[in-house]
Amino acid sequence: MLTLVGLSRGMLADVARRARGVGADIVVRPPGTSLIGLSSAPMSEKMVDFLLRQPHVTHAVGSMTHPLSGVTTITGVKLDEFERISGGFKYLDGGPIRGPGQIIVDNFYARQNNLRAGSTIRLLNRDWRVAGVVEEGKLARLVIPLDVLQDLTANTGKISQVWVKVDDPANVPAVIASLKAQLKNYPIYSMEELTSLISVNNVPGLQAFIAVIIALAIVVGFLVVFLSLYTAVLERTREIGILKALGASPAYVLNILFRETVLLALGGTLLGILFSYATRLVIMSWAPASLTQMIVPDWWGIAGAIALAGALLGATYPGWRAARQDPIEALAYE
Amino acid sequence: MSEAIIQVRDLRKVFRVGEVEVHALRGVNLTVPRGEFLCVAGPSGSGKSTLFHILGGLLAPTSGTVIVGGYDLSRLSDAERTALRRKMVGFVFQKFNLLPTLTAADNIAIARHIAGRDQDQDPWFRQVLELLGIADRLNHKPSKLSGGEQQRVAIARAIVNHPAILLADEPTGNLDSQNSAAVLKLLRDLNERLGQTILLITHDPTVASYAHRVVHMLDGRLMDAGP
Repeated sequence: MLTLVGLSRGMLADVARRARGVGADIVVRPPGTSLIGLSSAPMSEKMVDFLLRQPHVTHAVGSMTHPLSGVTTITGVKLDEFERISGGFKYLDGGPIRGPGQIIVDNFYARQNNLRAGSTIRLLNRDWRVAGVVEEGKLARLVIPLDVLQDLTANTGKISQVWVKVDDPANVPAVIASLKAQLKNYPIYSMEELTSLISVNNVPGLQAFIAVIIALAIVVGFLVVFLSLYTAVLERTREIGILKALGASPAYVLNILFRETVLLALGGTLLGILFSYATRLVIMSWAPASLTQMIVPDWWGIAGAIALAGALLGATYPGWRAARQDPIEALAYE
Repeated sequence: MSEAIIQVRDLRKVFRVGEVEVHALRGVNLTVPRGEFLCVAGPSGSGKSTLFHILGGLLAPTSGTVIVGGYDLSRLSDAERTALRRKMVGFVFQKFNLLPTLTAADNIAIARHIAGRDQDQDPWFRQVLELLGIADRLNHKPSKLSGGEQQRVAIARAIVNHPAILLADEPTGNLDSQNSAAVLKLLRDLNERLGQTILLITHDPTVASYAHRVVHMLDGRLMDAGP
């Protein structure tokens, strides 16, 4: 559960971080698109020129996002314009695209796919030569020129969003207000707003997914504790009989079992926390470009409470059986 | 001998096995004065263990009167009989019945804990441990102790809360003759030195010979139960 919640949050945080890395102040998306859409290019490229004509707007660059497989996308952008708005990529290996059939990948994607400058990679039914490996955190993991991506995906003249920079951050609200007045139905966000909106609550289905995971965790916790305690009660029938012969009340026997249950739940929570660190390590080593997992300390308590709830639920019947154990039958148990 | 610690009058116990009624006790009468070492002898199926369980508060009688330390067991609820076991009765079983995961010391301590006396300092008990010869074996788990040592730990556990009666059910049944003699001598010492009332159940005449008095049981009845 901690791993899955960490993955949900990590992936969203990664999207937000890379959006911030663009260096823009405002983003304009096509009407009717979701905040984190993998859709291609439903907006005209002419929007960039329109935005550049607006007061206080100093830069505007359109980008196109195209889904590849899973959550991996490739982004097309006019690299010279993108450099002006973002300050450019930081090349760790190789350099900028200098000819057709070249691609830029970030260091996470390069590590995951064992790529370096000069390597060849097959995407969109053609081979690409890696021109440069850049530091991750800006825009996308795979970047090619905008017109190339538009041609390859039959989206000539279309883009997915426009990144806008204004002359002074203080003018951002005024520019947004002006744009919203002119571009009805277009989602227009400041970068602060955009990154704050990229959360679990705003991704359709994610809350439900986490709820399902929690329900599964409770069921698994219930089953594990139920089976282990049920077995323990059977195995310790004689010991329970001894305790009852010594005068242990049903509450005393229940207390012992519930203390074991609490210990199991706490141990399970601790293991879950350690497991989330382990999975993050594995993800960072093997799939840093595909998955991003965060450690979620604010969920440790929630996970503990869920584990405890499932465990106590699972301990109820074995505990009831143990408390009602007849001492004479229990002592005769072999 | 002083006042009676156990008084049993017309005790009957009927078990229902399917449609069949089994009369385990058929009107038992027994009086045990405080401080007596009494042996109940009899063959298997004579009702000794049923009597043992009723006197120990593990089983409710079907009818009759059973007074142990002033408490009429026939009128007590399950919870009240459980409480009675904590403070009035100590058990010694044939199979020792020590908790295998605990050390000897912890096996004794848990009896104090159950009785709510784990904070009490009891110098008397140190003497008992010396008498039982297990003072230097307390940190061992049952699996590391001989049968004789395990039974001595069980005896220590049984008397740690100063019970009114010590019930021993075939306490030497799993011991060799040497350890049997040692355990029986210890029980007699406990009786003679500490005045512990002991009710011992056995089918072995040699074991019975250690008691002050022997009563015989057959077919759910005591043949001679007068003090």
